[in-house]
Amino acid sequence: MNIVVCLKQIPDLVYIRIKDRKPILDGAPLIFGEMDRNALEEAVRIKEKIEGIKVIAVAMGGAKLKEGIKGALAIGADEAVLLTDPLFANSDTAVTAKTLAKAIEKIGGFDLILCGEGSTDNYSGQVGPRLAELLNLPQITYVRKLEISGNKVRAVRNMEESFEVVEAEMPVLVTVANEINQPRLALLKDILKAGRKPVKEFKAADLGLSSDEAGGKGTVTEVLSNLAPEQARKHVVFEGDLKDVVENLVNALTKEGVLGR
Amino acid sequence: MAELLIFSERDDLAFELVSKGREFSSALHMKLSAALLGEKIEGKVDEYFAYGAQKVYLGENPALVDFSTDSYAEALYQIGKQNEVKILLLPSTKRGKELGPRVAQKFGAGCITDATGVELKDGNLTISRYSLGGNAVAMQMIKTPLQVITVMPKTFELGAKESKQGEIAKINLDLKAPRTRIIERQQKVGEKVNLEDAEVLVCIGRGLEKKEDLQVIENLAKALGAEIGCTKSLCTDYQWFSEDRLVGLSGKKTGPRLVISIGISGQIQYTVGIRDARITVAINKDNQAPIFAMSDYGIVGNLYDVVPLLTEKLKSL
Repeated sequence: MNIVVCLKQIPDLVYIRIKDRKPILDGAPLIFGEMDRNALEEAVRIKEKIEGIKVIAVAMGGAKLKEGIKGALAIGADEAVLLTDPLFANSDTAVTAKTLAKAIEKIGGFDLILCGEGSTDNYSGQVGPRLAELLNLPQITYVRKLEISGNKVRAVRNMEESFEVVEAEMPVLVTVANEINQPRLALLKDILKAGRKPVKEFKAADLGLSSDEAGGKGTVTEVLSNLAPEQARKHVVFEGDLKDVVENLVNALTKEGVLGR
Repeated sequence: MAELLIFSERDDLAFELVSKGREFSSALHMKLSAALLGEKIEGKVDEYFAYGAQKVYLGENPALVDFSTDSYAEALYQIGKQNEVKILLLPSTKRGKELGPRVAQKFGAGCITDATGVELKDGNLTISRYSLGGNAVAMQMIKTPLQVITVMPKTFELGAKESKQGEIAKINLDLKAPRTRIIERQQKVGEKVNLEDAEVLVCIGRGLEKKEDLQVIENLAKALGAEIGCTKSLCTDYQWFSEDRLVGLSGKKTGPRLVISIGISGQIQYTVGIRDARITVAINKDNQAPIFAMSDYGIVGNLYDVVPLLTEKLKSL
Protein backbone atom coordinates (compact mmCIF):
# COMPACT_ATOMS: atom_id res chain seq x y z
CA MET A 1 0.00 0.00 0.00
CA ASN A 2 1.32 3.43 -0.91
CA ILE A 3 0.62 6.65 0.96
CA VAL A 4 1.40 9.93 -0.74
CA VAL A 5 1.93 12.95 1.53
CA CYS A 6 1.82 16.41 -0.01
CA LEU A 7 4.17 18.99 1.49
CA LYS A 8 4.65 22.66 0.77
CA GLN A 9 7.70 24.61 1.79
CA ILE A 10 6.84 27.98 3.27
CA PRO A 11 8.73 30.71 5.12
CA ASP A 12 8.55 30.38 8.88
CA LEU A 13 6.12 33.17 9.72
CA VAL A 14 7.62 33.65 13.16
CA TYR A 15 10.33 35.60 11.34
CA ILE A 16 7.98 37.89 9.43
CA ARG A 17 8.58 41.62 9.76
CA ILE A 18 6.24 44.41 8.74
CA LYS A 19 7.70 47.60 7.30
CA ASP A 20 5.44 50.34 5.96
CA ARG A 21 2.63 47.78 6.06
CA LYS A 22 4.62 45.50 3.75
CA PRO A 23 5.30 41.99 4.97
CA ILE A 24 9.02 41.17 4.71
CA LEU A 25 10.12 37.56 4.74
CA ASP A 26 13.77 37.93 3.75
CA GLY A 27 15.94 35.53 5.62
CA ALA A 28 13.02 33.62 7.16
CA PRO A 29 13.95 29.92 7.30
CA LEU A 30 11.86 27.63 5.10
CA ILE A 31 9.79 24.97 6.81
CA PHE A 32 6.95 22.65 5.89
CA GLY A 33 3.46 23.87 6.77
CA GLU A 34 2.25 22.93 10.23
CA MET A 35 -0.55 20.66 9.05
CA ASP A 36 1.62 19.24 6.28
CA ARG A 37 3.82 17.98 9.10
CA ASN A 38 0.75 16.48 10.77
CA ALA A 39 -0.04 14.67 7.50
CA LEU A 40 3.48 13.28 7.29
CA GLU A 41 3.44 12.20 10.92
CA GLU A 42 0.13 10.42 10.37
CA ALA A 43 1.46 8.57 7.34
CA VAL A 44 4.49 7.41 9.30
CA ARG A 45 2.28 6.28 12.21
CA ILE A 46 0.14 4.23 9.82
CA LYS A 47 3.31 2.70 8.40
CA GLU A 48 4.48 1.78 11.87
CA LYS A 49 1.21 -0.02 12.56
CA ILE A 50 0.63 -1.79 9.25
CA GLU A 51 3.21 -3.80 7.35
CA GLY A 52 4.11 -3.23 3.74
CA ILE A 53 3.39 0.47 3.52
CA LYS A 54 5.49 2.86 1.51
CA VAL A 55 5.30 6.59 2.28
CA ILE A 56 6.11 8.89 -0.60
CA ALA A 57 6.53 12.60 0.11
CA VAL A 58 5.69 14.91 -2.76
CA ALA A 59 7.04 18.33 -1.97
CA MET A 60 6.88 21.66 -3.70
CA GLY A 61 9.30 24.48 -3.02
CA GLY A 62 12.45 26.28 -4.03
CA ALA A 63 16.06 25.19 -4.42
CA LYS A 64 16.47 24.76 -0.65
CA LEU A 65 13.94 21.94 -0.71
CA LYS A 66 16.73 19.44 -1.47
CA GLU A 67 18.01 20.04 2.05
CA GLY A 68 14.59 20.51 3.61
CA ILE A 69 13.23 17.21 2.36
CA LYS A 70 15.79 15.35 4.48
CA GLY A 71 13.73 16.26 7.52
CA ALA A 72 10.70 14.51 6.04
CA LEU A 73 12.75 11.47 5.04
CA ALA A 74 14.34 11.34 8.48
CA ILE A 75 10.92 11.25 10.12
CA GLY A 76 9.98 8.21 8.07
CA ALA A 77 9.05 8.97 4.46
CA ASP A 78 10.58 6.22 2.30
CA GLU A 79 11.13 8.29 -0.79
CA ALA A 80 10.49 11.77 -2.07
CA VAL A 81 9.53 13.54 -5.24
CA LEU A 82 10.56 17.18 -5.43
CA LEU A 83 8.82 19.84 -7.48
CA THR A 84 11.46 22.55 -7.51
CA ASP A 85 11.42 23.66 -11.14
CA PRO A 86 11.62 27.49 -11.16
CA LEU A 87 8.72 27.31 -13.60
CA PHE A 88 6.54 26.23 -10.65
CA ALA A 89 7.21 29.48 -8.78
CA ASN A 90 4.24 31.75 -7.96
CA SER A 91 1.69 28.97 -8.36
CA ASP A 92 -1.75 29.64 -6.91
CA THR A 93 -3.77 26.85 -5.33
CA ALA A 94 -5.25 25.74 -8.66
CA VAL A 95 -1.86 25.39 -10.36
CA THR A 96 -0.38 23.77 -7.27
CA ALA A 97 -3.15 21.17 -7.30
CA LYS A 98 -2.68 20.57 -11.02
CA THR A 99 1.07 20.13 -10.61
CA LEU A 100 0.63 17.77 -7.67
CA ALA A 101 -1.99 15.77 -9.56
CA LYS A 102 0.34 15.30 -12.52
CA ALA A 103 3.20 14.30 -10.23
CA ILE A 104 1.03 11.83 -8.30
CA GLU A 105 -0.29 10.31 -11.53
CA LYS A 106 3.27 9.91 -12.71
CA ILE A 107 4.22 8.14 -9.48
CA GLY A 108 1.10 5.97 -9.82
CA GLY A 109 -0.21 3.20 -7.58
CA PHE A 110 -1.34 5.30 -4.63
CA ASP A 111 -4.00 4.22 -2.14
CA LEU A 112 -4.14 7.12 0.25
CA ILE A 113 -3.22 10.76 -0.24
CA LEU A 114 -2.68 12.84 2.88
CA CYS A 115 -2.60 16.64 2.90
CA GLY A 116 -2.85 19.25 5.62
CA GLU A 117 -6.32 20.82 5.76
CA GLY A 118 -4.67 24.12 4.91
CA SER A 119 -1.27 25.71 4.64
CA THR A 120 0.12 27.74 7.51
CA ASP A 121 0.65 30.79 5.34
CA ASN A 122 -2.61 31.29 3.50
CA TYR A 123 -4.84 28.56 4.89
CA SER A 124 -7.07 28.59 1.83
CA GLY A 125 -7.78 24.85 2.11
CA GLN A 126 -8.08 24.48 -1.63
CA VAL A 127 -5.31 22.11 -2.64
CA GLY A 128 -6.83 19.00 -1.01
CA PRO A 129 -10.32 19.28 -2.57
CA ARG A 130 -8.93 20.37 -5.95
CA LEU A 131 -6.46 17.50 -5.98
CA ALA A 132 -9.22 15.03 -5.08
CA GLU A 133 -11.32 16.32 -7.96
CA LEU A 134 -8.43 16.13 -10.43
CA LEU A 135 -7.67 12.55 -9.42
CA ASN A 136 -11.37 11.67 -9.21
CA LEU A 137 -11.14 10.61 -5.58
CA PRO A 138 -13.53 11.00 -2.67
CA GLN A 139 -12.28 13.51 -0.10
CA ILE A 140 -12.45 13.40 3.67
CA THR A 141 -11.43 16.74 5.19
CA TYR A 142 -10.71 18.13 8.68
CA VAL A 143 -9.70 14.70 9.99
CA ARG A 144 -8.67 14.41 13.64
CA LYS A 145 -8.51 10.62 13.81
CA LEU A 146 -7.74 8.12 11.08
CA GLU A 147 -7.91 4.33 11.04
CA ILE A 148 -7.10 1.98 8.20
CA SER A 149 -8.39 -1.55 8.04
CA GLY A 150 -8.02 -3.57 4.87
CA ASN A 151 -9.12 -1.42 2.00
CA LYS A 152 -11.16 0.92 4.16
CA VAL A 153 -10.47 4.17 5.95
CA ARG A 154 -12.51 5.34 8.89
CA ALA A 155 -12.04 8.95 9.84
CA VAL A 156 -13.36 11.30 12.49
CA ARG A 157 -13.88 14.77 11.08
CA ASN A 158 -13.96 17.87 13.22
CA MET A 159 -16.97 19.81 12.01
CA GLU A 160 -18.46 22.93 13.60
CA GLU A 161 -21.27 21.26 15.49
CA SER A 162 -20.18 17.63 15.66
CA PHE A 163 -17.50 15.06 15.18
CA GLU A 164 -18.49 13.18 12.07
CA VAL A 165 -17.40 9.57 11.62
CA VAL A 166 -16.95 8.78 7.94
CA GLU A 167 -15.91 5.71 6.00
CA ALA A 168 -14.67 5.27 2.47
CA GLU A 169 -12.85 2.73 0.38
CA MET A 170 -9.40 3.55 -0.84
CA PRO A 171 -8.13 5.24 -2.89
CA VAL A 172 -9.15 8.35 -1.03
CA LEU A 173 -7.76 11.78 -0.24
CA VAL A 174 -7.70 12.82 3.41
CA THR A 175 -6.86 16.26 4.79
CA VAL A 176 -5.80 16.32 8.41
CA ALA A 177 -6.45 18.81 11.20
CA ASN A 178 -3.76 20.06 13.52
CA GLU A 179 -5.02 18.04 16.48
CA ILE A 180 -4.63 14.64 14.77
CA ASN A 181 -1.15 14.14 16.22
CA GLN A 182 1.95 15.79 17.60
CA PRO A 183 4.60 15.52 14.88
CA ARG A 184 7.92 14.11 16.04
CA LEU A 185 11.14 15.98 15.49
CA ALA A 186 13.71 14.61 13.09
CA LEU A 187 16.83 13.30 14.81
CA LEU A 188 20.18 14.45 13.50
CA LYS A 189 21.38 10.89 12.92
CA ASP A 190 18.28 10.17 10.86
CA ILE A 191 18.73 13.37 8.86
CA LEU A 192 22.28 12.25 8.03
CA LYS A 193 21.02 8.83 6.95
CA ALA A 194 18.13 10.37 4.97
CA GLY A 195 20.57 11.28 2.22
CA ARG A 196 20.54 7.64 1.16
CA LYS A 197 16.81 7.46 0.52
CA PRO A 198 15.64 7.84 -3.09
CA VAL A 199 14.77 11.39 -4.11
CA LYS A 200 13.48 12.19 -7.60
CA GLU A 201 12.88 15.56 -9.16
CA PHE A 202 10.09 16.25 -11.65
CA LYS A 203 10.38 19.29 -13.89
CA ALA A 204 7.38 20.95 -15.54
CA ALA A 205 8.30 19.22 -18.81
CA ASP A 206 8.36 15.81 -17.07
CA LEU A 207 4.76 16.43 -16.07
CA GLY A 208 3.69 17.60 -19.51
CA LEU A 209 3.19 21.15 -18.28
CA SER A 210 4.20 23.92 -20.66
CA SER A 211 5.71 27.14 -19.34
CA ASP A 212 2.31 28.81 -19.93
CA GLU A 213 0.51 26.28 -17.76
CA ALA A 214 2.95 26.02 -14.86
CA GLY A 215 3.50 28.40 -11.95
CA GLY A 216 2.58 32.06 -12.11
CA LYS A 217 1.58 31.93 -15.76
CA GLY A 218 -1.05 29.26 -15.19
CA THR A 219 -2.80 30.93 -12.27
CA VAL A 220 -6.54 31.58 -12.18
CA THR A 221 -6.38 34.18 -9.43
CA GLU A 222 -4.42 37.38 -9.12
CA VAL A 223 -3.13 39.13 -6.01
CA LEU A 224 -3.71 42.88 -6.32
CA SER A 225 -2.11 43.83 -3.02
CA ASN A 226 -0.91 42.17 0.15
CA LEU A 227 -0.49 44.56 3.05
CA ALA A 228 -0.63 44.45 6.82
CA PRO A 229 -3.85 46.04 8.05
CA GLU A 230 -3.52 49.45 9.63
CA GLN A 231 -3.70 49.25 13.39
CA ALA A 232 -3.96 52.37 15.44
CA ARG A 233 -3.99 51.54 19.13
CA LYS A 234 -3.33 53.85 22.06
CA HIS A 235 -0.58 51.80 23.78
CA VAL A 236 -1.18 53.19 27.25
CA VAL A 237 0.49 50.93 29.78
CA PHE A 238 -0.28 51.51 33.45
CA GLU A 239 2.53 50.82 35.89
CA GLY A 240 3.18 51.10 39.58
CA ASP A 241 1.12 50.04 42.58
CA LEU A 242 -1.41 47.46 41.37
CA LYS A 243 -4.33 49.07 43.18
CA ASP A 244 -3.67 52.38 41.42
CA VAL A 245 -3.04 50.64 38.15
CA VAL A 246 -6.38 48.85 38.27
CA GLU A 247 -8.12 52.07 39.24
CA ASN A 248 -6.49 53.92 36.33
CA LEU A 249 -7.58 51.22 33.91
CA VAL A 250 -11.17 51.26 35.12
CA ASN A 251 -11.24 55.06 34.87
CA ALA A 252 -9.90 54.92 31.32
CA LEU A 253 -12.43 52.29 30.30
CA THR A 254 -15.24 54.31 31.86
CA LYS A 255 -14.16 57.36 29.86
CA GLU A 256 -14.12 55.26 26.70
CA GLY A 257 -17.71 54.31 27.46
CA VAL A 258 -17.06 50.59 27.11
CA LEU A 259 -18.12 49.51 30.60
CA GLY A 260 -21.66 48.80 31.73
CA ARG A 261 -24.35 47.07 29.76
CA MET B 1 -29.11 35.53 -18.68
CA ALA B 2 -25.92 35.31 -16.64
CA GLU B 3 -26.49 34.23 -13.05
CA LEU B 4 -25.05 34.74 -9.61
CA LEU B 5 -25.76 31.49 -7.77
CA ILE B 6 -25.83 31.08 -4.00
CA PHE B 7 -25.68 27.87 -2.06
CA SER B 8 -25.34 27.29 1.65
CA GLU B 9 -26.08 24.21 3.71
CA ARG B 10 -27.19 26.66 6.40
CA ASP B 11 -30.13 28.82 5.41
CA ASP B 12 -29.21 31.68 7.76
CA LEU B 13 -25.89 32.09 5.96
CA ALA B 14 -27.52 31.68 2.56
CA PHE B 15 -29.73 34.65 3.42
CA GLU B 16 -26.68 36.81 4.20
CA LEU B 17 -25.25 35.94 0.80
CA VAL B 18 -28.57 36.49 -0.95
CA SER B 19 -28.99 39.88 0.76
CA LYS B 20 -25.64 41.14 -0.54
CA GLY B 21 -25.88 39.15 -3.77
CA ARG B 22 -28.79 41.36 -4.85
CA GLU B 23 -26.45 44.33 -5.01
CA PHE B 24 -23.85 42.49 -7.10
CA SER B 25 -26.31 40.82 -9.44
CA SER B 26 -28.19 44.00 -10.29
CA ALA B 27 -24.96 45.97 -10.87
CA LEU B 28 -23.64 43.17 -13.09
CA HIS B 29 -26.99 42.63 -14.84
CA MET B 30 -27.23 39.09 -13.63
CA LYS B 31 -30.06 37.02 -12.26
CA LEU B 32 -29.75 36.18 -8.56
CA SER B 33 -30.39 32.49 -8.04
CA ALA B 34 -30.05 30.08 -5.13
CA ALA B 35 -29.81 26.33 -4.97
CA LEU B 36 -31.63 24.20 -2.42
CA LEU B 37 -30.28 20.68 -2.24
CA GLY B 38 -31.26 17.66 -0.19
CA GLU B 39 -34.71 16.63 0.92
CA LYS B 40 -37.78 18.48 2.24
CA ILE B 41 -36.52 21.69 0.71
CA GLU B 42 -39.54 23.05 -1.07
CA GLY B 43 -40.96 24.72 2.02
CA LYS B 44 -37.95 27.04 2.26
CA VAL B 45 -38.38 28.61 -1.15
CA ASP B 46 -40.46 31.61 -0.09
CA GLU B 47 -37.89 32.80 2.40
CA TYR B 48 -35.21 32.75 -0.30
CA PHE B 49 -37.46 34.88 -2.50
CA ALA B 50 -38.16 37.19 0.44
CA TYR B 51 -34.44 37.96 0.82
CA GLY B 52 -34.15 38.67 -2.87
CA ALA B 53 -33.48 35.48 -4.82
CA GLN B 54 -35.11 35.69 -8.25
CA LYS B 55 -34.84 32.02 -9.02
CA VAL B 56 -34.50 28.95 -6.79
CA TYR B 57 -33.25 25.60 -7.99
CA LEU B 58 -34.68 22.60 -6.21
CA GLY B 59 -32.42 19.60 -6.36
CA GLU B 60 -33.94 16.66 -4.56
CA ASN B 61 -31.90 13.54 -4.92
CA PRO B 62 -31.13 10.53 -2.69
CA ALA B 63 -27.40 11.26 -3.04
CA LEU B 64 -27.95 14.64 -1.36
CA VAL B 65 -29.67 13.48 1.81
CA ASP B 66 -26.40 13.62 3.77
CA PHE B 67 -23.82 16.24 2.96
CA SER B 68 -21.07 14.65 0.90
CA THR B 69 -18.75 16.97 -0.96
CA ASP B 70 -18.64 14.47 -3.80
CA SER B 71 -22.35 14.75 -4.53
CA TYR B 72 -22.91 18.37 -3.55
CA ALA B 73 -20.05 19.57 -5.74
CA GLU B 74 -21.39 17.56 -8.66
CA ALA B 75 -24.92 18.90 -8.11
CA LEU B 76 -23.72 22.53 -8.15
CA TYR B 77 -21.61 21.78 -11.20
CA GLN B 78 -24.61 20.42 -13.08
CA ILE B 79 -26.76 23.41 -12.14
CA GLY B 80 -23.98 25.78 -13.15
CA LYS B 81 -23.34 24.04 -16.44
CA GLN B 82 -26.97 23.87 -17.51
CA ASN B 83 -27.41 27.56 -16.75
CA GLU B 84 -25.28 30.62 -17.23
CA VAL B 85 -23.76 30.74 -13.78
CA LYS B 86 -20.87 33.22 -13.66
CA ILE B 87 -20.47 33.71 -9.93
CA LEU B 88 -20.98 31.13 -7.20
CA LEU B 89 -21.11 32.36 -3.61
CA LEU B 90 -20.83 29.90 -0.74
CA PRO B 91 -20.40 30.45 3.00
CA SER B 92 -16.92 29.80 4.38
CA THR B 93 -18.15 27.22 6.83
CA LYS B 94 -16.13 24.03 6.95
CA ARG B 95 -18.52 22.46 4.43
CA GLY B 96 -18.62 25.50 2.20
CA LYS B 97 -14.86 25.76 2.25
CA GLU B 98 -14.29 22.19 1.09
CA LEU B 99 -17.08 22.44 -1.46
CA GLY B 100 -15.96 25.68 -3.15
CA PRO B 101 -12.57 24.51 -4.42
CA ARG B 102 -13.99 21.18 -5.55
CA VAL B 103 -16.76 22.81 -7.60
CA ALA B 104 -14.26 25.35 -8.92
CA GLN B 105 -11.99 22.55 -10.07
CA LYS B 106 -14.86 20.94 -11.98
CA PHE B 107 -15.32 24.20 -13.87
CA GLY B 108 -11.58 24.87 -14.18
CA ALA B 109 -12.41 28.04 -12.30
CA GLY B 110 -10.62 30.23 -9.81
CA CYS B 111 -11.79 30.23 -6.23
CA ILE B 112 -11.05 32.34 -3.19
CA THR B 113 -11.94 31.01 0.25
CA ASP B 114 -12.46 32.78 3.57
CA ALA B 115 -13.30 36.12 1.98
CA THR B 116 -13.68 38.83 4.62
CA GLY B 117 -14.82 41.35 2.06
CA VAL B 118 -16.11 41.35 -1.49
CA GLU B 119 -16.43 44.59 -3.42
CA LEU B 120 -17.45 45.53 -6.88
CA LYS B 121 -14.90 47.72 -8.65
CA ASP B 122 -15.25 48.60 -12.35
CA GLY B 123 -17.41 45.58 -12.97
CA ASN B 124 -15.03 43.18 -11.23
CA LEU B 125 -15.25 41.57 -7.85
CA THR B 126 -12.25 42.26 -5.63
CA ILE B 127 -11.96 39.95 -2.71
CA SER B 128 -10.05 40.43 0.53
CA ARG B 129 -8.85 37.65 2.80
CA TYR B 130 -6.19 37.23 5.46
CA SER B 131 -2.82 36.05 4.21
CA LEU B 132 0.56 35.12 5.66
CA GLY B 133 -0.90 33.68 8.81
CA GLY B 134 -3.03 36.76 9.45
CA ASN B 135 -0.11 39.19 9.17
CA ALA B 136 -1.51 40.74 6.00
CA VAL B 137 -4.71 41.17 4.07
CA ALA B 138 -4.56 40.16 0.42
CA MET B 139 -6.78 41.80 -2.16
CA GLN B 140 -7.38 39.32 -4.94
CA MET B 141 -9.41 38.80 -8.05
CA ILE B 142 -10.40 35.75 -10.02
CA LYS B 143 -9.44 35.62 -13.69
CA THR B 144 -11.72 32.84 -14.97
CA PRO B 145 -15.17 33.42 -16.56
CA LEU B 146 -16.75 31.61 -13.63
CA GLN B 147 -15.78 32.70 -10.12
CA VAL B 148 -16.25 30.81 -6.89
CA ILE B 149 -16.03 32.69 -3.60
CA THR B 150 -16.56 31.35 -0.10
CA VAL B 151 -17.45 34.18 2.25
CA MET B 152 -16.88 34.25 6.01
CA PRO B 153 -20.14 34.26 8.00
CA LYS B 154 -21.32 37.75 9.02
CA THR B 155 -19.29 39.48 6.32
CA PHE B 156 -22.55 40.67 4.79
CA GLU B 157 -25.49 42.01 6.71
CA LEU B 158 -28.81 40.31 6.52
CA GLY B 159 -31.16 42.39 4.40
CA ALA B 160 -34.82 43.12 4.97
CA LYS B 161 -37.41 40.57 3.90
CA GLU B 162 -39.97 41.60 1.33
CA SER B 163 -42.92 39.63 0.10
CA LYS B 164 -41.68 38.71 -3.32
CA GLN B 165 -42.02 35.73 -5.59
CA GLY B 166 -39.67 34.23 -8.10
CA GLU B 167 -39.07 31.40 -10.43
CA ILE B 168 -38.86 27.84 -9.11
CA ALA B 169 -36.78 25.45 -11.18
CA LYS B 170 -36.91 21.78 -10.28
CA ILE B 171 -33.75 20.30 -11.60
CA ASN B 172 -32.98 16.72 -12.49
CA LEU B 173 -29.58 15.84 -11.18
CA ASP B 174 -27.65 12.85 -12.39
CA LEU B 175 -25.72 11.79 -9.31
CA LYS B 176 -23.96 8.62 -8.27
CA ALA B 177 -24.13 7.39 -4.70
CA PRO B 178 -21.56 9.26 -2.57
CA ARG B 179 -18.27 7.47 -2.12
CA THR B 180 -18.03 8.48 1.53
CA ARG B 181 -20.49 7.19 4.12
CA ILE B 182 -21.37 9.02 7.31
CA ILE B 183 -21.45 6.42 10.07
CA GLU B 184 -22.40 8.71 12.92
CA ARG B 185 -22.31 12.26 14.20
CA GLN B 186 -21.15 12.81 17.75
CA GLN B 187 -22.64 16.11 18.83
CA LYS B 188 -20.10 18.33 20.49
CA VAL B 189 -20.89 18.89 24.13
CA GLY B 190 -20.86 22.23 25.80
CA GLU B 191 -23.14 25.17 25.76
CA LYS B 192 -23.59 27.20 22.61
CA VAL B 193 -21.86 30.51 22.66
CA ASN B 194 -21.73 33.16 20.03
CA LEU B 195 -18.56 35.16 20.42
CA GLU B 196 -19.13 37.02 17.18
CA ASP B 197 -22.06 38.83 18.75
CA ALA B 198 -20.43 39.45 22.15
CA GLU B 199 -20.22 43.11 23.22
CA VAL B 200 -17.53 42.49 25.81
CA LEU B 201 -14.98 39.70 25.74
CA VAL B 202 -12.50 38.36 28.24
CA CYS B 203 -9.94 36.17 26.51
CA ILE B 204 -7.55 33.88 28.29
CA GLY B 205 -4.35 32.20 27.14
CA ARG B 206 -1.56 30.06 28.44
CA GLY B 207 -0.86 32.42 31.31
CA LEU B 208 -3.57 30.51 33.13
CA GLU B 209 -1.75 27.72 34.91
CA LYS B 210 -4.50 25.20 35.52
CA LYS B 211 -8.10 24.64 34.63
CA GLU B 212 -9.28 25.15 38.21
CA ASP B 213 -8.04 28.73 38.04
CA LEU B 214 -10.68 29.55 35.46
CA GLN B 215 -12.86 30.70 38.32
CA VAL B 216 -10.73 33.86 38.52
CA ILE B 217 -11.50 34.62 34.89
CA GLU B 218 -15.17 33.68 35.20
CA ASN B 219 -15.55 36.12 38.08
CA LEU B 220 -14.13 38.94 35.98
CA ALA B 221 -16.31 38.00 33.02
CA LYS B 222 -19.35 38.05 35.27
CA ALA B 223 -18.49 41.47 36.66
CA LEU B 224 -18.12 42.79 33.11
CA GLY B 225 -21.06 40.96 31.60
CA ALA B 226 -18.54 39.43 29.20
CA GLU B 227 -18.26 36.21 27.25
CA ILE B 228 -15.10 34.18 27.67
CA GLY B 229 -12.87 33.40 24.72
CA CYS B 230 -9.57 31.56 24.56
CA THR B 231 -6.46 30.98 22.47
CA LYS B 232 -5.78 27.93 20.33
CA SER B 233 -3.65 26.03 22.83
CA LEU B 234 -6.32 26.21 25.55
CA CYS B 235 -8.84 24.89 23.08
CA THR B 236 -7.04 22.26 21.02
CA ASP B 237 -4.08 21.27 23.22
CA TYR B 238 -5.55 21.48 26.72
CA GLN B 239 -9.19 21.13 25.61
CA TRP B 240 -10.41 23.37 28.43
CA PHE B 241 -12.82 25.06 26.06
CA SER B 242 -14.93 24.08 23.08
CA GLU B 243 -14.09 25.48 19.68
CA ASP B 244 -17.00 27.89 20.04
CA ARG B 245 -14.72 29.90 22.30
CA LEU B 246 -11.61 29.86 20.15
CA VAL B 247 -10.62 33.37 19.07
CA GLY B 248 -8.26 33.96 16.17
CA LEU B 249 -7.30 32.87 12.73
CA SER B 250 -8.57 29.33 13.13
CA GLY B 251 -11.50 30.38 15.31
CA LYS B 252 -13.81 33.35 15.68
CA LYS B 253 -13.19 36.84 14.39
CA THR B 254 -14.86 39.03 16.99
CA GLY B 255 -15.80 42.69 17.08
CA PRO B 256 -16.72 43.59 20.67
CA ARG B 257 -16.62 47.10 22.08
CA LEU B 258 -14.13 45.86 24.68
CA VAL B 259 -11.81 42.88 24.82
CA ILE B 260 -9.46 42.10 27.69
CA SER B 261 -6.69 39.67 26.75
CA ILE B 262 -5.26 37.96 29.80
CA GLY B 263 -2.11 35.84 29.86
CA ILE B 264 -1.97 35.91 26.08
CA SER B 265 1.37 36.65 24.45
CA GLY B 266 -0.28 38.05 21.34
CA GLN B 267 0.70 35.86 18.42
CA ILE B 268 -0.92 36.95 15.18
CA GLN B 269 -2.85 33.66 15.21
CA TYR B 270 -4.84 35.15 18.11
CA THR B 271 -4.78 38.89 17.44
CA VAL B 272 -6.49 38.49 14.06
CA GLY B 273 -9.56 37.52 16.06
CA ILE B 274 -9.69 40.77 18.06
CA ARG B 275 -8.53 43.21 15.39
CA ASP B 276 -12.01 44.66 14.97
CA ALA B 277 -12.54 45.29 18.68
CA ARG B 278 -13.10 48.93 19.57
CA ILE B 279 -10.97 48.97 22.73
CA THR B 280 -8.35 46.34 23.51
CA VAL B 281 -6.81 45.75 26.92
CA ALA B 282 -3.95 43.42 27.79
CA ILE B 283 -2.90 41.97 31.13
CA ASN B 284 0.42 40.17 30.93
CA LYS B 285 3.41 39.68 33.20
CA ASP B 286 5.88 40.06 30.33
CA ASN B 287 6.19 43.71 29.38
CA GLN B 288 7.76 42.65 26.07
CA ALA B 289 4.75 40.52 25.08
CA PRO B 290 3.54 41.47 21.56
CA ILE B 291 -0.02 41.76 22.87
CA PHE B 292 0.83 45.23 24.21
CA ALA B 293 1.47 46.45 20.66
CA MET B 294 -2.14 45.52 19.89
CA SER B 295 -3.57 47.20 22.96
CA ASP B 296 -5.12 50.51 23.85
CA TYR B 297 -4.52 49.89 27.54
CA GLY B 298 -2.24 47.48 29.29
CA ILE B 299 -1.27 46.31 32.72
CA VAL B 300 2.05 44.58 33.27
CA GLY B 301 1.53 42.15 36.08
CA ASN B 302 0.68 38.66 37.22
CA LEU B 303 -2.88 37.86 36.22
CA TYR B 304 -3.45 36.14 39.56
CA ASP B 305 -2.84 39.48 41.28
CA VAL B 306 -4.38 41.84 38.76
CA VAL B 307 -7.59 40.06 37.79
CA PRO B 308 -9.09 39.70 41.30
CA LEU B 309 -8.33 43.36 42.04
CA LEU B 310 -9.91 44.42 38.76
CA THR B 311 -12.95 42.25 39.42
CA GLU B 312 -13.43 43.82 42.86
CA LYS B 313 -13.06 47.31 41.46
CA LEU B 314 -15.61 46.65 38.73
CA LYS B 315 -18.08 45.17 41.20
CA SER B 316 -17.82 48.29 43.35
CA LEU B 317 -18.85 50.59 40.49
